[in-house]
Amino acid sequence: MNAIKVTHLSKQFGKQTVLADINLTIEPNTIYGLLGRNGAGKSTLLNLITNRLPSPAGMVTIGGGNVTNNDALLNRIYMMSEANLYPSRMPVSEIFKLTADLYQGFDKDYADALVAKFELDPRTRFNKLSTGYRSVMKLIIALAVDVDYVFLDEPTLGLDANHRQLFYEELIDSYAERPRTFVISTHLIEEIANVIERVFVIQDHRLMINDTTENVLQEGYAITGPSTEVQTYTEGLNVIGRESLGNLLVQYVYGKLDNDREIPDTVTVSHIDLQKLFIYLTSQGGHREI
Amino acid sequence: MQFNFDSTEPLYLQVADQLEEAIFLNSFQEGEQVPSTTEISKQFHINPATVLKGMNILVDSGFLEKKRGLGMFVTTGANDKIRTKRQDEFYADFVSNLVSEAKKLSLPETAIIEMVKRGFERS
Repeated sequence: MNAIKVTHLSKQFGKQTVLADINLTIEPNTIYGLLGRNGAGKSTLLNLITNRLPSPAGMVTIGGGNVTNNDALLNRIYMMSEANLYPSRMPVSEIFKLTADLYQGFDKDYADALVAKFELDPRTRFNKLSTGYRSVMKLIIALAVDVDYVFLDEPTLGLDANHRQLFYEELIDSYAERPRTFVISTHLIEEIANVIERVFVIQDHRLMINDTTENVLQEGYAITGPSTEVQTYTEGLNVIGRESLGNLLVQYVYGKLDNDREIPDTVTVSHIDLQKLFIYLTSQGGHREI
Repeated sequence: MQFNFDSTEPLYLQVADQLEEAIFLNSFQEGEQVPSTTEISKQFHINPATVLKGMNILVDSGFLEKKRGLGMFVTTGANDKIRTKRQDEFYADFVSNLVSEAKKLSLPETAIIEMVKRGFERS
């Protein structure tokens, strides 16, 4: 199976730059997280990769073949998004049939099993489904189509906690059963942090991070202690945020620490979770005084 | 099995630690099969590759063995091996922290020894 390669991808809406020179590779059989603030360009990136939007600059290829208007290659990709592409009065069961016609290898039995697990009534017309159940229906399709690359844009939109848990379980189960690539764009970072093997972070329309989740977490530090000691220790390091409480200071650092520097007894160095790291990486000069 | 995850240590090491603890506490007996990578990933929402990496640490340490086509099993003698390993690590894991905290608090060696004795008497 071949990787998806994105080279020099840019997109502007009018004069507004939405994505600037994105270069990345999406490997087979890997679960990715695509993170970014609202408006960072996540959905646009997914729409460009899946050829739902024309890409005036740059290229997306699978195994060297350009995906633009290439049905054979695009059939190996499925994208679930907020966009409602179905006839509004069509019942869920008919939508499944329609999908089975479009995507060969749609696993009808698996879809039926998921319908039962999520307690979705297949007779319901699409426009009568709640936001949560629209997501459920789209997720079922995304899991049941036989493709090599599944893109999920905000898959858990409107899902309650029980359905989200069920989704993560089914995602892992389905991935173990039939390994393929998932690229998941979400704001629920805590819930997905342990599921994703690699992470993309888009900030200011550019790709800021493209690494394994493990490496990213290893590079994130919280340096806590008395203000002066912490400032001395973190001088010259890549400080991405800070919090202070009286004289107690926490500086968040992304990147390597200086191993030659001795850590004072009063200073504690610890790691931080992906969500906190993301918040500080994507907010300018974040300083919170409590 | 109860998993508690935090952000201080790489996830695969935490998976290895928690499985080791479960073996040591006989939640998984010697010779018994442990849950599959998929079962653990599914239950705790952890990427299967991460779980596998954690399990492989236990395979390398000789606490788990892979039986082709069947799955992962707790090795005979795993419990003793884990005990020995933890005894070896006891100084680094507990004693050095104890001493450095004692120093911070200006507690003399004699006071610490006294407390340790008291701890043993009570339990």
